[in-house]
Amino acid sequence: MTVTETLAFSDEAMKKYEWLLSRYPTRKAALLPTLRIAESEFGELGVPQMKYVADLMEIPPATVFGVVTFYTHYRRAGVGKYHLQVCSTLSCALRGSGDVVSRVTERLGIGVGETSECGLFTLSKVECLGSCDTAPVIQCNDDYHEGLSLEDVDALIEQLRQEAGKGGA
Amino acid sequence: MSFRKIFTPYIHEDKCHSLKFYQGKGGYEQARKALNDWQPDDLIETVKAANLRGRGGAGFPTGVKWGFVPKQSDKPKYLAVNADESEPGTFKDRLIMEKNPHLLLEGIIICCKAVGIHHAYIYIRGEFVFGANRLQNAIDRAYSEGILGENCLGSDFKLDVTVHRGAGAYICGEETGMLTSIEGDRGQPKLKPPFPAVEGLFGCPTVVNNVETLANLPYILEIGAEEYRKIGPENSPGPKLFCVSGHVEKPGVFELPMGVSLRTLIDEHAGGVWKGRKLKAVIPGGSSAHVLTADECDVAMDIESLAAAGTMLGSAGVIVMDETTCMVDALLNIMRFYHHESCGQCTPCREGTGWLEKIAHRIAVGGGRVEDLDLVTEVCDRMVGKTICALADAAAFPAESIVKKFREDFVAAIENGGSPAWVKRHPANTGGAAAHV
Repeated sequence: MTVTETLAFSDEAMKKYEWLLSRYPTRKAALLPTLRIAESEFGELGVPQMKYVADLMEIPPATVFGVVTFYTHYRRAGVGKYHLQVCSTLSCALRGSGDVVSRVTERLGIGVGETSECGLFTLSKVECLGSCDTAPVIQCNDDYHEGLSLEDVDALIEQLRQEAGKGGA
Repeated sequence: MSFRKIFTPYIHEDKCHSLKFYQGKGGYEQARKALNDWQPDDLIETVKAANLRGRGGAGFPTGVKWGFVPKQSDKPKYLAVNADESEPGTFKDRLIMEKNPHLLLEGIIICCKAVGIHHAYIYIRGEFVFGANRLQNAIDRAYSEGILGENCLGSDFKLDVTVHRGAGAYICGEETGMLTSIEGDRGQPKLKPPFPAVEGLFGCPTVVNNVETLANLPYILEIGAEEYRKIGPENSPGPKLFCVSGHVEKPGVFELPMGVSLRTLIDEHAGGVWKGRKLKAVIPGGSSAHVLTADECDVAMDIESLAAAGTMLGSAGVIVMDETTCMVDALLNIMRFYHHESCGQCTPCREGTGWLEKIAHRIAVGGGRVEDLDLVTEVCDRMVGKTICALADAAAFPAESIVKKFREDFVAAIENGGSPAWVKRHPANTGGAAAHV
């Protein structure tokens, strides 16, 4: 409980939240977008963060938990700084997404669903990202990396490592 | 009249998504006319006369759908724009939202004027972060220029538009699942009736239209219903975005008249099957469609022709597979998708998709039995038409057609200890040892 009490939206986030409420006839309808605010404010949606949103919106915590876990795209607790989501549905599979997964595994030493020891990378296989013409595709956090060769995969990992190094992570 | 592109003519130009660019090409003129000169009923009749049919997958006549919304309602009415685009093989609405967002907004204004709607929600899938930002920027601009808001384009019509991001769930592309998700719940579909037109979002009358459907509206007003009906076949006319992916030289989105031949689409527009290989199979309308063999591809890409060919236009997501593709692996991939995406409400879907994935898996890894092929059909029979929404059907259609039309691939995998890819990876492990993996 003490963890929950220390969590709070910034003034800016609270403003966004108030604006969201004005866009819907019910408070509950603002739940999905409010979880996005929580995600960006707190970095992840673990139990304390979900509890905070539940309290803020006066929605039962179980409902919030049910919503967060129903969807795949919220940033759940324990995910690395860079979430490498490899599209594995048919069009990407036909153009080598399996090799992309193997390459990431080789380079980072992590399997699907695992996070690297340094905490930088999590590897996931995800379903169709709606970018089938540029297969194979990785969504890293919010960004799409499209038409990837295996060398592009190496370069992406390298670039992310450098970026993390600069940020002092 | 020669064919004119309406969605994609300028997508390669810098700033094509900007308001200035859009207005420079005559953008928002049709919305202005709709708001100031047209009567709502005339708009509905014109869209009916144009025979615009929904571009999301079901192909329902748009004007007819609008007509179901009660004219007099003491509740507010809503428009829910389906931008969830998650049918495997489909990536057309993304192009409109990223490159031509004001075209969508203009279509939204016309629809809302026709039906008397003052708030539209655009439900965009959560993964499309770039597209959602593009849309939001376009909406912000439209508000600041008086295109949206209290007095749209100088009229007395009020319209608000809100972007609502999904969070990763295929089922939210199903219309009632989408409405449930906007209401802040797990995106589980609801029984129909009541249909959304009568009791939809927040219990109020709601129009649900796809992005591409709405993007047709300015053009219909511009050239009139009669001219619009002349584009492609009369029963499903209009310009259309076709998505081609998989084993072709040039995958992409192609804007062509409805009714283009599937063969032409693949061979000419998408550059043909890649690496000089032969065609093996094509999914013509997103992964929920019945699969076609190479010999069945001389078919027109329109709603009626594909239905007559035993499949569907669906979302026009064409997935091409070359001669090296093992259809057991393709089936396994597709079934894993549906099993993962089943929302879990209805037993035939929740269990059926799981069974189909397991059967495909055991055949792929060398534990299959010939009886499994009949079992697939049997499971499919117990799924189709027995659930709240069409996800069960969407899984069963490819399953039964792939097994029926490519039976030899399955028999070979059963006899040879797995699919070719599996056998290559596990040469010593043949004969069903992996049946229970």
